[in-house]
Amino acid sequence: MGQNRDHRSVRARFWDRWGGQIIFRKQRDRRDDAVAARFDAVGLRYGTGPEIFTDIHFELAAGSFHFLTGASGAGKSSLLSLLYLAQRPTRGSITLFGKEVTTIHRRQLPAMRRRIGVVFQDFRLLDHLSTLDNVALPLRVAGVTEEEIRRHVPELLSWVGLKEQMLAKPPTLSGGQKQRVAIARAVISRPDLLLADEPTGNVDDRIATRLLHLFIELNKLGTTILIATHSESLIQRFRMPRLHLEDGNIQVLDAPRTPARPPLPGSALNALGALGNPGEGDG
Amino acid sequence: MSWLPHVDLPVAEDGNGRFLPMMIGIMVFLATLAMAGALAVENVVDSWNRDVTGTLTIQIMPAEGTPEESERVTSARLEQALGLLRAESSVADAQAIPVPRLRALMEPWLGSAELVADLPMPRLIDVTLREDKPIDLGDLAKRLADAVPGATLDDHRLWLSKLVGLAEGLGTLARVVVLLVTLATAVAVVQATRSGLATHRPAIEVLHLIGAQDDYIARQFATRAMLLGLAGGLLGLLLALPAILLVGWLSSDIEGGFVPKVTLTLAHWMLLLCLPLAASAVAMITTRVTVLRTLARML
Ligand SMILES: Nc1ncnc2c1ncn2[C@@H]1O[C@H](COP(=O)(O)OP(=O)(O)OP(=O)(O)O)[C@@H](O)[C@H]1O
Ligand SMILES: [Mg+2]
Repeated sequence: MGQNRDHRSVRARFWDRWGGQIIFRKQRDRRDDAVAARFDAVGLRYGTGPEIFTDIHFELAAGSFHFLTGASGAGKSSLLSLLYLAQRPTRGSITLFGKEVTTIHRRQLPAMRRRIGVVFQDFRLLDHLSTLDNVALPLRVAGVTEEEIRRHVPELLSWVGLKEQMLAKPPTLSGGQKQRVAIARAVISRPDLLLADEPTGNVDDRIATRLLHLFIELNKLGTTILIATHSESLIQRFRMPRLHLEDGNIQVLDAPRTPARPPLPGSALNALGALGNPGEGDG
Repeated sequence: MSWLPHVDLPVAEDGNGRFLPMMIGIMVFLATLAMAGALAVENVVDSWNRDVTGTLTIQIMPAEGTPEESERVTSARLEQALGLLRAESSVADAQAIPVPRLRALMEPWLGSAELVADLPMPRLIDVTLREDKPIDLGDLAKRLADAVPGATLDDHRLWLSKLVGLAEGLGTLARVVVLLVTLATAVAVVQATRSGLATHRPAIEVLHLIGAQDDYIARQFATRAMLLGLAGGLLGLLLALPAILLVGWLSSDIEGGFVPKVTLTLAHWMLLLCLPLAASAVAMITTRVTVLRTLARML
């Protein structure tokens, strides 16, 4: 019973936090933008190379959850990088949260980027910073006070099972631990759009499943999610709609109907709770 | 380097941590010496100028010939010199010193008046200069000598005025050195910042993608450059002070008083103490501008 209560309090704190009232002052009304992202006739080429995308059209409804699939080299990372505003398309138009971003002035980029959380394929953690400082980064650049950072970051870190590694630097972490630091950094500011590039590439199936549950949980709270993955088993297990890249084109595939979605192991929040148990295995 | 503020960029680990303070230390050392030199020269020039301006003595040598003849020609030359001097715009007044007074002045050296009476006497003119008009003593001496044979200008002052010209030239040179050192510091800081930016490019990209504004990134580089610059600057000043004091002490040891004491006023000392601050400001501003300009080229 006591354990159960503990669990509840964790859950209550989770909802407090991820339910959205406290952590960030700016209150955004997600309903405002029914579409999180839209691509219209987007083309992209690197230098003088061939076009990686030709006339891509698609839409991510706000609050949706998609996998992004395609062979290696199909352009998954490139597509995500267009979404997290690391580059501009060669042609066409990209709309994020109702704003055309292909022509946006670079002064307006930071505000846009703060609404987007990214888990990079190669993590891109800053090696000289502790786990704590890495995860705090999005808050620091947004000018959140140190006091709030000290209140929220360690809590999220114990959530993802890195309480013990709080002061460790990335080079001393295992692959799976780094992955979780990267994910924590991507979700700490509770972004409107979460983009993850092979977020389960470095972990075993069990942890991959847990991380997916973390994303599902975030999605339930309103975050639009797009996850690039190669993993057939993930796609099979979590029957989500897919964006499939092939020959420079994109196809939206609905979630497969059958077989029925397997029941999640307990509540997804339980999975988060399990992640938060540092005693249990990691990557 | 624990005295540096917390930064997200690994700026503390690049070569600039050693390079910047060392470079700025040397620059401030040179600038402090040059500036102290300029200021001291200014002081010396001031005191020399005070000697040069004010009054002046012109001497007219007695002409050749019999006593009567000599007396007549010398008096004529005296009048001629007086005329020339009074026409000068920088001369307030020119008065010949009367012969009896000259004899009285000579008496202590030449003995009794009778003996001196027959000697041909040089004539002297007391010139009062106007404070507000600059005077080119060299030019005046030349024109006087050309117009009036045997007329010479008190040559101690002439010499001093040439020295003032030299000293002023040195002062200007020292100022130019300060300027060049500032410029060199800025150029070196730009280079250091560029290499720092290149080193930290991956981290900067991550910061950008996380939503950092250029200003946030620039601040990290600039704050650090400021602190490193200040540390280096203070070191340079610390090394320069004994050198300045030594020069001052050496100059005070020169007898004869023609080299006025090379001293700095309190205001001058304050100015020198400001140099490390100025260096650190140069480092900070240059870094900031360089970083912002580089970032503006990134998406
Ligand atoms: N910076 C770049 N400059 C030039 N070409 C690039 C660049 N980045 C990617 N490409 C090319 O674009 C194509 C798509 O690459 P991308 O990384 O988007 O593929 P991907 O689907 O993410 O592959 P993977 O599954 O292996 O991560 C590839 O042919 C790649 O060579
Ligand atoms: Mg990729």
